[in-house]
Amino acid sequence: MVKATKKWWPVFVLPTVAAFMIGFVIPFLEGLYLSFCKFTTINKASWVGISNYVKVFQDAQFWDSLTFTASFTVVSTVLINVLAFAIALALTRGLRGTNLFRTVFFMPNLIGGIVLGYIWNILINCLLSILGQPLIALNTNAGYWGLIVLMCWQQIGYMMIIYIAGLQSIPNDYIEAARIDGATSPQILFKIKIPNVMPSITICMFLTLTNSFKLFDQNLALTGGDPNHATEMLALNIYNNFYARSGAAWKGIGQAKAVIFCIMVITISLIQLRATRSKEVQQ
Amino acid sequence: MKKLIALLLALTMVFALCACGAKEEAPAAAPAAPAEEAAAPAEEAVAGSVYYLNFKPEQDEAWQKLAAEYTAETGVPVTVLTAASGTYEETLMAEMGKTEAPTMFQVNGPVGLANWKDYCYDLSGSELYSHLTSDSFALTEDGAVYGIAYVIESYGIIANKALLAEAGYAAEDINSFETLKAVAEDITARSAELGFAAFSSAGMDSSSDWRFKTHLANLPIYFEYQADGIGTTTEIKGDYLDNYRQIWDLYINNSTCAPAELSAKTGDDSRNEFLNGEAVFFQNGSWEYGSLSAVYADEDLVMLPIYIGAGDEANQGLCTGTENYWCVNADASEEDIAATLEFMNWCVTEGADSMANDMGFVIPFDTAVESPNLFVKQDVAYTAEGKTPVSWNFPTMPSEEWKNVVGSALTAYAADQTDANWDAVVTAFVDGWASEYALLG
Repeated sequence: MVKATKKWWPVFVLPTVAAFMIGFVIPFLEGLYLSFCKFTTINKASWVGISNYVKVFQDAQFWDSLTFTASFTVVSTVLINVLAFAIALALTRGLRGTNLFRTVFFMPNLIGGIVLGYIWNILINCLLSILGQPLIALNTNAGYWGLIVLMCWQQIGYMMIIYIAGLQSIPNDYIEAARIDGATSPQILFKIKIPNVMPSITICMFLTLTNSFKLFDQNLALTGGDPNHATEMLALNIYNNFYARSGAAWKGIGQAKAVIFCIMVITISLIQLRATRSKEVQQ
Repeated sequence: MKKLIALLLALTMVFALCACGAKEEAPAAAPAAPAEEAAAPAEEAVAGSVYYLNFKPEQDEAWQKLAAEYTAETGVPVTVLTAASGTYEETLMAEMGKTEAPTMFQVNGPVGLANWKDYCYDLSGSELYSHLTSDSFALTEDGAVYGIAYVIESYGIIANKALLAEAGYAAEDINSFETLKAVAEDITARSAELGFAAFSSAGMDSSSDWRFKTHLANLPIYFEYQADGIGTTTEIKGDYLDNYRQIWDLYINNSTCAPAELSAKTGDDSRNEFLNGEAVFFQNGSWEYGSLSAVYADEDLVMLPIYIGAGDEANQGLCTGTENYWCVNADASEEDIAATLEFMNWCVTEGADSMANDMGFVIPFDTAVESPNLFVKQDVAYTAEGKTPVSWNFPTMPSEEWKNVVGSALTAYAADQTDANWDAVVTAFVDGWASEYALLG
């Protein structure tokens, strides 16, 4: 059998590699090439060198969007993971109705981002109108916290399922042994449970971090970047450069931003993976 | 045996992948087939095909019908695809990148043309161009005709005559900004007793904000261009922005809702308020005739010029112009270009009746048929009375970005009407204009 795999491996690897090339590597390389060009449609591009990148670094809006995205990512990643883990802890204690609660918490994840964005837009506007505050399109704070509430509401259920799976895979012997040795509940949580669910934490951190950083649909539907680009995250900023700007030059600048954005997401997630992986323990 | 199964499975995977790849080829081959069949019986029929990317969703059905008629008559396949509202640029950009790109598309004026000039076929020799009634309806640059307007539209303040009469006024009473203001403020003062407001909500949701950041903003631009005797500029001075503020104040403070709520009001909200008789005035254009005539009879409706207290108000007409220019894709094959030119010409000659009655268009060609659209007829009547239509200068606005920033500032001002907030509108309008034009170059 080992011999057969050795002999036939290209047959198994090729389809995946081909799909990866077509779906990722080739578009990425083409995108990289286009970021050095001026174009309206991609088959009529003219080379302009690094001027697109120079313009990106001169664009104040890009840096504002980056700051906004970063502060959103930090807050939402922490909140989602802490809350999801807390709910997962509560729902692995064998309480009555556990299954019902798990289903209910997971449900928001099944609704698409655009739909959620519009629903929350109406909800938040109603609330602001009752409170006599400026509506979300004029209210940067409401836009920021609205996005965070929306993302928490959508993502917590999903992360909760991953944490539940992690918590359930901890052998009961560990916890029993700790109890017999006289460990308190916080000690059990911090010394036994958390180190043992580190693989789940790695995955959840990775998912929330990248999802928040790349957020687009919810941003577009909830605030649309209003007021005046103040709640515009990076992905939306790139999209607006591409479509809301006239002139061929902007397409290249948008493309250059996209390349920088891609490199940023990859770097951040690699650092995060390395940091959390190093804390994983072998059961 | 295991080896065999493994091989079979692997092959299935490869085939599945090939099948995915092959699908892309299929549609490319399909349109060619009917064209050949059609070409066979009629020897001289054009071998090409037409692919029209339509901008106006409200006319989609009529275009599909017209295209089917043309195909039935000539055998030339015509595909009409309509971009979803507000996504024309995106759709066009994606479609133009394909092998089967649109052969016929549209741009919104000089600024739109700047994006697409390299893709536009010179229409100066076309038969369509020879039917055009005035050169002002063509987009020309260096002697080449890149775009030809196919519809002329008007906008103004649509008023409900019955409600106006209930409040004790007639449409003829309103002939200047002062009189409009007096009527509107009187209606607001008595709105509890009358049961309706003066203006339907000036919604600043993206489905409605173009009525103010683009169409209403046209007026200060128009008067400035008139005063300076120019048709476009890279540096606007904003001489008439105080008038812009006057009319905006009037709209938002005499409305169906509190000014702070405007940021969430949509185009549908505004239209429905007018349709339900909750407001007398509704700023919009001749394209709304279809939805309004479903509820109101022609004698109940009137379109008034938008008076902002500038220029010669006694002789001011409706805002009439176009931002819809047909272009032909210069990169299409010669047969397709020929077929497209034929089709365009057919639309305004044989299809003129359908364009007037099904689509409600007034077309700027010598073959035009009179449209039943009330607002269009009123525009003609105003012009006959000697009033000068206000031309559409918003196609000279530097970018979507400029409009968005102005819109955002207008919304902020509506919620909190301070001088500081109005200064932000002025900055967005004047400084934004110059900086956006600078980026364009």
